[in-house]
Amino acid sequence: MELCSFLTLDSFIKDPLTHDFMRKALLMSSLVAAVCGFLSSYLTLKGWALMGDAVSHSVMPGVVVAYALGLPFSLGAFIFGVGSVALIGFIKQKSRVKEDTVIGLVFTGFFALGIVLVSKIKSNIDLHSILFGSPLGISLSDVKQTIFISLLVVILLLIFRKDLMLYCFDPRHAKTVGINVFFLHYLLLTCLSLAAVVGLQSVGIILVVAMLITPGATAYLLTDKFDNMTVISVLSAIISSLIGIYVSFWFDLETGGSIVLAQTFIFLFAFLFAPRYGIFKLKKLFAGYK
Amino acid sequence: METINYQNFRIEAENICVDYNGKVALYDANLRLKPGQICGLVGMNGAGKTTFFNALTGFVNISKGKIRINGESVRSAQKDQTIAYVPQNEGIDSQFPISVWEVVMMGRYGSMNVFRCPRESDVQAVKDAIERVDLTDHLSTPIGNLSGGQRKRTFLARAIAQRASILLLDEPFSGVDIRTEKLISELFIQFKNEGKTILLSTHDMIHVREFCDLVLLINKTVVAYGETSEVFTPENITTTFGGISPDSLFGPES
Repeated sequence: MELCSFLTLDSFIKDPLTHDFMRKALLMSSLVAAVCGFLSSYLTLKGWALMGDAVSHSVMPGVVVAYALGLPFSLGAFIFGVGSVALIGFIKQKSRVKEDTVIGLVFTGFFALGIVLVSKIKSNIDLHSILFGSPLGISLSDVKQTIFISLLVVILLLIFRKDLMLYCFDPRHAKTVGINVFFLHYLLLTCLSLAAVVGLQSVGIILVVAMLITPGATAYLLTDKFDNMTVISVLSAIISSLIGIYVSFWFDLETGGSIVLAQTFIFLFAFLFAPRYGIFKLKKLFAGYK
Repeated sequence: METINYQNFRIEAENICVDYNGKVALYDANLRLKPGQICGLVGMNGAGKTTFFNALTGFVNISKGKIRINGESVRSAQKDQTIAYVPQNEGIDSQFPISVWEVVMMGRYGSMNVFRCPRESDVQAVKDAIERVDLTDHLSTPIGNLSGGQRKRTFLARAIAQRASILLLDEPFSGVDIRTEKLISELFIQFKNEGKTILLSTHDMIHVREFCDLVLLINKTVVAYGETSEVFTPENITTTFGGISPDSLFGPES
């Protein structure tokens, strides 16, 4: 019995690795998860969850247009991602409508434009893979692009990690000591758009926001140190990706949904049992037995 | 025509106006402060105190008027680390996962390289600053675990570490314990002796009498400005607070 379950676990992990597409999917999704997880710490602390949702939905028409014109999809996505935020800022400034309303109406507008474009262009664009992701069917050119963008985002975040932390924590102080807050704002926005672009391949446009906020929120419950938060966020994102892909392989489930569901479960676990901030504070529980 | 020698003044604000999307927050405000002067900024909520601070730090743009810091523009004051801003406790996210040491180190960011790698001198400046506010036992404590007074001292230490010659303090005495209040009072005297210029906003009239050489009463614009003994009169205070008599503001003691 013991041996039998061991073999099952062994094959559970190793069997999928015999497939080329699975190895690729596991590697690429882990990379994407790491990038999104890293950024996630900043977005959670800055309170940009809604902004993440907005940008990730707004890239849709960009992706479609880029595909139709034969350009790298990341370029189109990036332009529309940053464009949506600029538009949100503009409408907010020039009207009396509240910010969350503006965000909601701009991104749904962009998203709708994307869907209409897909139906009109009807080329070889696979709406399903844009909406729900297709980590198992990622092409070689997509792999190259994903690696390039991921590295770019990670390098930017590493160089400016302290400035971005300060920007999230106390932008006024940043400005007072001569740090370019405008630049940091757009840097974070750029990273957000780029991360959304690579993230949507794993889990699709609809769920990519989860990649950008859930790992950060999980980590926030588990630590009081910023550096630890980043590490936990990245690790939980990678682990969720691996779990999601394996589960979807064995049980024939939608991969993107499985990845995000794994993240949600890890968050719930932290929510319930985090040592300091969980509902059942584990530290206290154990202290009772000592 | 008289030419002003800006070198005499640390802060020189001339007829400044600030509006947010057409809504006027502050107009025709003037202020001149010299080294070693402590000035109290007094006014109701929404009278433009925070806006005044924002204008001096360059956090908002002024639509009219002129601001000179040490005779230079606000931008070069930012580059030179001339101004330190100590926020209100309510103005910061106390749940942010950051330690006392990291917050105080942020005071040095402006003079570090792009990676913000602390040099020996930065580490020493941070150590000294934390010692001055008596938080040496809390170096790695997350700010979320500090009391209101300890958090206030953390941000004061950040300003000290920055070695700024101008300190702007938003409600330095609100929500702090007696020990912190005493420590801040002592620091003010030291800062004054070091020739620092201090502008502080406060709701507490007793503190104004106690520390401030000058007082600036504002209600969207300057109601009165000058030496505390001359300007801080019941009439002026009543005007500043829109008709509320100073008795109710000072409390039973005065």
